[in-house]
Amino acid sequence: MSMLEVRNVHKAFENEQVLRGIDLTVDKGDVVAILGPSGSGKTTLLRCINFLETADQGELIFDGKHYDMHAAHKREIAEIRKKTAFVFQNYNLFLNKTVLQNVTLGLTAARKISKAEAKKIACEALQRVGMIEKIDSYPVQLSGGQQQRVAIARALATNPEIIYFDEPTSALDPELIGEVLTVMRQLAREGMTMLVVTHEMEFARNVSSKVVFMEGGNIIEQGPSKEFFENPKETRTKEFINFILSQGEE
Amino acid sequence: MSDRFTRVVGILIDSLPKLLRYAATATVPMTILSFAIALVLAVLVAMVQYANVKVLRQICRFYIWIVRGTPLLVQLYLVFYGLPSLGIMLPAFPAAVIVLGFNEAAYLAETIRGALESVSRGQVEAGYCIGLNYWQTMFHIVLPQAFKTAFPALGNTVIGMLKETSLAATITVTEMFRKAQEINGRVYESLALYSEVALLYLLFCTVLTFLQRLGEKVLNSKGGQLKK
Repeated sequence: MSMLEVRNVHKAFENEQVLRGIDLTVDKGDVVAILGPSGSGKTTLLRCINFLETADQGELIFDGKHYDMHAAHKREIAEIRKKTAFVFQNYNLFLNKTVLQNVTLGLTAARKISKAEAKKIACEALQRVGMIEKIDSYPVQLSGGQQQRVAIARALATNPEIIYFDEPTSALDPELIGEVLTVMRQLAREGMTMLVVTHEMEFARNVSSKVVFMEGGNIIEQGPSKEFFENPKETRTKEFINFILSQGEE
Repeated sequence: MSDRFTRVVGILIDSLPKLLRYAATATVPMTILSFAIALVLAVLVAMVQYANVKVLRQICRFYIWIVRGTPLLVQLYLVFYGLPSLGIMLPAFPAAVIVLGFNEAAYLAETIRGALESVSRGQVEAGYCIGLNYWQTMFHIVLPQAFKTAFPALGNTVIGMLKETSLAATITVTEMFRKAQEINGRVYESLALYSEVALLYLLFCTVLTFLQRLGEKVLNSKGGQLKK
């Protein structure tokens, strides 16, 4: 049984159709990369899946439970969010909190875990992303790459069943991308289920297990990464891969 | 000349404890109470607008429109001299506190709304994503940052309100300024007495400015520099 499934997701902004009936399945342990040109609806899809946007239509099946993506109750949304985590393009760390407090807040406030226990869990998570030395720093004192690693630790600490990544390296200076990708690669190796909107072809090709290619609000092609890159079926996919590869060689 | 000088100095020294007494019993308490009302009301009005609560939002806009569009002095007269015709009789001191509080809240609400909106939407979404509900997100993330942003403006507001309490003299509240008027009514030394009371306001405002700076320093020492 799949861990996460969405069916027929539709979303429009001001009469502009952004998602035109998306179906997607994620199994436990999958690392799914969502690729596509900008404006293809990838980020909107991810935000709809975690209810940061309300889809106009669609069904979400999470852990075998069915939810109406257009009319989910607050309580249902809270229930799903407690089992998932989201990593943003702009990190979105809480600027008034230290690194440690950023990671413990979801534990102490949202899950009523004791402070001492939360600190222990947070330190483990920060250790995993290599940010344990900075627990008393504030976000503004960190580089983008460091902030994103803290954001990943914040996600990990809540022990989610799946982590959503929305272009996690797109806001970073090129020399800082590596440290974030290293952490994500390590998570993938440890079996974390991840749904990643990305432009990092290297990650999609070598780390992700599945690739979903979107354009114009539709999924054009999806399949195992190896197959997707070595033997794409759709013409549009071939063009996209060729374009990206030629860019990489420049 | 020297007789006049001695007399004036005598009056100044004589009046100082009286003025300070009315500062302590009226001007300062009026400032504190009306600021407290203004702050609570302003936060409520700002949060209604921030959260875009439907009907309440219209009511808040209407309130801000009325209060900002009419002079404080007129509002004081309306409440103290006007409302008794409708059977609403308020003693002078509470009337002044309420009018000052409601007046200032309208301005402060806009400042606080701006401060709330300056906290990035992304942090709010991040709060939801780690499982916080609306109020937890407000309490842990939005309000502390908004408070820091609004703090300098809050300091200015207190300073402004301290001076505005002198208007309460016009509705028979004996505060520091009215006391100076009363003393002057007996001794006719306008320049000396009003200079003295002006210096006292200046002194209070200087202390407040100092406290404001101190507060800003403390706030800025937490969370690195003020940055979005």
